[in-house]
Amino acid sequence: MAAPIDLHLEFGGGAELLFGGVKDHHVKLPSQSEPWNVKQLLAWIKTNLLRERPELFIQGDTVRPGILVLINDADWELMGELDYMLEDQDNVVFISTLHGG
Amino acid sequence: MCQVDEDAHKDAQLETKAVLSVSQKCMKCKEGSAVLIIRVGDAFCGDCFKEYFVHKFRAMLGKNRLIFPGEKVLLSVSGGPASSALLSQVQEGLRRETSKKLRFVPGIIYVDEGAACGQSLEERGEIKSQLETIFRASGFPFYIVHLEEVFNLPSSVLLSASSASDRRNESYKEAVDGFIQRASSGTQSETCQGSSSYKEVQTLLSELSTQEWSGEVGIVTNKSQPFTPEQTEAVRTLLASVKTLTAREELLKTLRQHLILHTARVRGYSKVMMGDSCSRLAVKLLTNISLGRGAFLAMDTGFSDPRYGDIAIVRPMREYSSKEIAFYNRMFKVPSVITSALDTKAPEKASIHRLTESFISKLQADFPSTVSTIYRTSEKLNTACPRPIADGELTEKCLLCLCALDTGAEEATAFRATLISENLSCNRMPATIPALGVAKQQCCASGGEQKESCGDRVDGCHSVDRTSFTPELQTLLCYSCRLIIKDMTSVNSIPEYILSEAERRKRRAQMKEEIQDFLLNPENDAGEVTVS
Repeated sequence: MAAPIDLHLEFGGGAELLFGGVKDHHVKLPSQSEPWNVKQLLAWIKTNLLRERPELFIQGDTVRPGILVLINDADWELMGELDYMLEDQDNVVFISTLHGG
Repeated sequence: MCQVDEDAHKDAQLETKAVLSVSQKCMKCKEGSAVLIIRVGDAFCGDCFKEYFVHKFRAMLGKNRLIFPGEKVLLSVSGGPASSALLSQVQEGLRRETSKKLRFVPGIIYVDEGAACGQSLEERGEIKSQLETIFRASGFPFYIVHLEEVFNLPSSVLLSASSASDRRNESYKEAVDGFIQRASSGTQSETCQGSSSYKEVQTLLSELSTQEWSGEVGIVTNKSQPFTPEQTEAVRTLLASVKTLTAREELLKTLRQHLILHTARVRGYSKVMMGDSCSRLAVKLLTNISLGRGAFLAMDTGFSDPRYGDIAIVRPMREYSSKEIAFYNRMFKVPSVITSALDTKAPEKASIHRLTESFISKLQADFPSTVSTIYRTSEKLNTACPRPIADGELTEKCLLCLCALDTGAEEATAFRATLISENLSCNRMPATIPALGVAKQQCCASGGEQKESCGDRVDGCHSVDRTSFTPELQTLLCYSCRLIIKDMTSVNSIPEYILSEAERRKRRAQMKEEIQDFLLNPENDAGEVTVS
């Protein structure tokens, strides 16, 4: 059983418009049997945080192309993208590089 | 059979992609741990990335040699990531020690488009104050222009003036050497440049007969609003009269460009820097082809845009992908303000711009060299020299976008065919297709000498029915601008300066046609007059 993890999520570049205009979110992920990975985090965000227009943020399993993800200020491509295992007090940043949100 | 082999190969490729990991070292210094991947597989550490970023900016300016030392350059900042990065690069460049310092004099312009996006006055005020803090911190003079001020523009904005003076005759190297010499010999080089450019501004303004125009500058006083609620309403009506989002975005872009151009002319700036990034320009390139602006791709997406004559539009950020810019802004805490635009949260198929953007970003996810391939293609496009016309008249340029008119439809072109089919579908005879010259327009002042004065707002002349003006406006526009106007339900809400300039050109063309027979033919010997 993995303990619940605290995460600091940030949204920028217009992505915050989909989350009620709030850029900083401190969330607590509930405990579950396996450790959380980014793919599950995205599903969790979709159900719990995303206020509107899910297709502007998530596409299928992953984020929409054009949205940058930084984990602890490093490119998520270096961390393994969707397979990275989240740890307590991690900082995940989503920056949209597209026009509208 | 080949299919099976292909799939196996693709799987192998996908697996090799996952090799990158945190422990990877920066490919440049080989010491720091990598934080970012640029392009296909280049991993950089923080410091090397910053160096790479700054170097690219300076190399871009240095390679093109268009910005002369001491020149006044207007930075157009929308608050978004790319233009904020541009501002921070300029600040950074000017801060360096004298030998490597960037040598131009910047100013900032921000166009407040809140009226177009339906924002309330409080929201606009809040965004404005956030931006002001950023601009004040930079120390450069800044101008905040509202979209409503488009109704105060003079029609000289639609003219392209000749490029300024003797500056161009100097080669770049001589200019730089001269500047360094003046600086080191202790003379006040700033005021020298200042006075000569002031003179240039005055001659230019008198050439264009620009009226006195006040834009907000520096400190903003909340008491005086530079625009009225009627003007805000007029902007809304104007944009509401456009049926499609594509045309609306294009129209907004044109109006914004005119506002920036006018501010630059009035304040004496000779260059404008725009913050278009590589990804944004790739989208723009494909979008423009879809919009019918294929002939002007070089001007719309190249490094420099010479169509306005005296003011050159420059795009120094055109080699940065949006990923690099976003990362730089995040790492070095560059402040930016996100404002909602016309197409915020619009669905994917809402406009051609959105569709192209989503197409390219999806393609980029699978094939990371998409954007750079498009960029390389755009680099190969050159601005064609305009064919010299005998009288060099203004009628040869599009009214709105100031590009050369490309709608001289000869008999057997596809364009002519579309005109014919359009008229047939409206049940009009092909003979009454809007002539490629000028449609005869009955003017209340019948005398030839009085034609010019008819342009004054004499009430009698308003008998001209504006709704029949649409087909006549079309002959002054290039193909893509025609499409914008075609999308509008009524031309009445177009700002006055466009309509009056259109009327002026019509009258000139009409007059020219009337006196055509009396004009001296340039090829004939002087003194010989062709008689009809």
